[in-house]
Amino acid sequence: MTEALLAALVFLPVLGACLLLLAPASWRAAILLVVTVPLPFCLLPLTVLIADAGLFEMALAGHPAPLGIRWRLDALSLLILWLNVSLMILVGLAASARFAPASVEGLRFWPLWLLLAAGIHALLLSADLFNLYVTLELVTLAGIGLIATGGSGAALRAAMRYLLLALMASLLYLLGVGLVYAEAGTLDLYQLGEALEPGLLSATALVLMLAGLLVKSAVFPLHAWLPAAHGNAPGPVSALLSAIVVKVSIYIIWRLWFWTAGDWQLPAPGLLLGLLGGGAILYGSALALVQKRLKMVVAYSTVAQLGYLMLIFPLSNLLAWQAAGYHLVAHGLAKAALFVAAGNILVSLGSDRLRRLAGLDQRLPMDVFTLALASVSLMGLPPSGGFVGKWLFLQAAYEQGAWGWMALIALGGLLAAAYLFRVLALTCFHPRSHGHSTRLREPPTLASLAGLLLALAAIGLGFASAPILGLLEAAWPGAMAP
Amino acid sequence: MSSAMLYVLVAAGLFGIGVYGLIIAGHLLRKLFAINIMGNAIFVLMVAASAPLDGRPDAVPQALVLTGIVIAVSATAFALALMVQLYRVTGQASLEQDPDGDD
Repeated sequence: MTEALLAALVFLPVLGACLLLLAPASWRAAILLVVTVPLPFCLLPLTVLIADAGLFEMALAGHPAPLGIRWRLDALSLLILWLNVSLMILVGLAASARFAPASVEGLRFWPLWLLLAAGIHALLLSADLFNLYVTLELVTLAGIGLIATGGSGAALRAAMRYLLLALMASLLYLLGVGLVYAEAGTLDLYQLGEALEPGLLSATALVLMLAGLLVKSAVFPLHAWLPAAHGNAPGPVSALLSAIVVKVSIYIIWRLWFWTAGDWQLPAPGLLLGLLGGGAILYGSALALVQKRLKMVVAYSTVAQLGYLMLIFPLSNLLAWQAAGYHLVAHGLAKAALFVAAGNILVSLGSDRLRRLAGLDQRLPMDVFTLALASVSLMGLPPSGGFVGKWLFLQAAYEQGAWGWMALIALGGLLAAAYLFRVLALTCFHPRSHGHSTRLREPPTLASLAGLLLALAAIGLGFASAPILGLLEAAWPGAMAP
Repeated sequence: MSSAMLYVLVAAGLFGIGVYGLIIAGHLLRKLFAINIMGNAIFVLMVAASAPLDGRPDAVPQALVLTGIVIAVSATAFALALMVQLYRVTGQASLEQDPDGDD
């Protein structure tokens, strides 16, 4: 039964993608509903199972590791699965207003969308390094295809640049996988913890895999492809890319770091990764402050916010782990809301240049409200989900007396407030509101509503911290180590 | 020099050529060739690493390389399609003139 639920998470979207390409146009909306609506109901019994047992493992087709591939569901995978399914549904609502399933655009868009979901689900379940490579390729190619549906020269160029870097990154990762197999004779993520001894070859392999994954997750200073790709994609696509696609590579880094190399004692490389995160926070925020377009502000904000996810490496205790996991979910929801709202504004104004936004609070109140709510969570103001994440980070740093990291986290919040308030101020305070002269196309209510729901979820996350923190505590690998 | 060493050297050489090409080439087609050469270097290395010590080669890396080739082919096909579309829209098949996403 559980096996069937896990299989449904991956194969329902794949099946849907195939059917969408074959079925007549008028059936497409129904197919989309049939393959997405059951996904949360697949996760519900799995959540109960994980709350009881903590872990579920299965060998695909009955072949045990090392020859076969295992799937493994634990609390961390489950949490990100929930995030992805929620995003797929809510952002999907916004996208359905723009890419009508029965239209030609819809035919290009929705199969890729479902393949992306399938790829992410398979990635989160897989326990095999090579299988992770395959799923990562699936996620990247589907994501780039979605960027290209934007159709403009800038979007295609950004997609191409992303593709070249992503292919190179995958090759680095694959090289690492090859070396790991030559050294350890297994590719099972969790068996490697014992099979892979620290040494020159295994360290090289891990460095190669990390380098590839850092490019894919756009961690500073390897972020150069992200702002153009996320800033030029259609709104709902940017939302998914920023909220989840870059995070799944960081998820693999966490797995490698805390599971495969869990007892290696790596303070210096951990510090280095943390410093990269710090660089991301400062550099991304600084550039977000000077952008001229709304979507570019939001894209650079992603570069900055991804930095927090690297702080787990130097801080490396349960509190920091909970902080990073919480930040991942809260940022995912808030960033998706921001991009959906920004996409709506772009579609209705025909431009997202910041100086054209003046007076928009009266004309598109719902989208501007979404923008403001999501900003509250991104800045980390209470009582939002973003606040809980940043507060836990501060606590973790305080406990260890890591004043430098504390200052950095506080500064990051301040900078986020600066670049987001700049957008809100340009939108709402308008002595000579010159935006009014332009014609405005009302965005579809469904798209605005979906953005608002995402923003409300990001805020509401601040009130529902106990179950999520519990899940993260159960997933903390430090507790399992002897 | 053992035969395994030869394979490793060939793989390293190919990888170097690939990286060089990826950086130097302007036309996207050349960049894609370069990436494929890098991929082939890795495949050579993985096959060499599964070379038989006791007369029986390890099947797993062979299977991985086979899967890797399938992925490389599909990724290349996707990239070519994207390149053609880019050429149709912008009239060029390179990334050299990039307006930095400002417009």
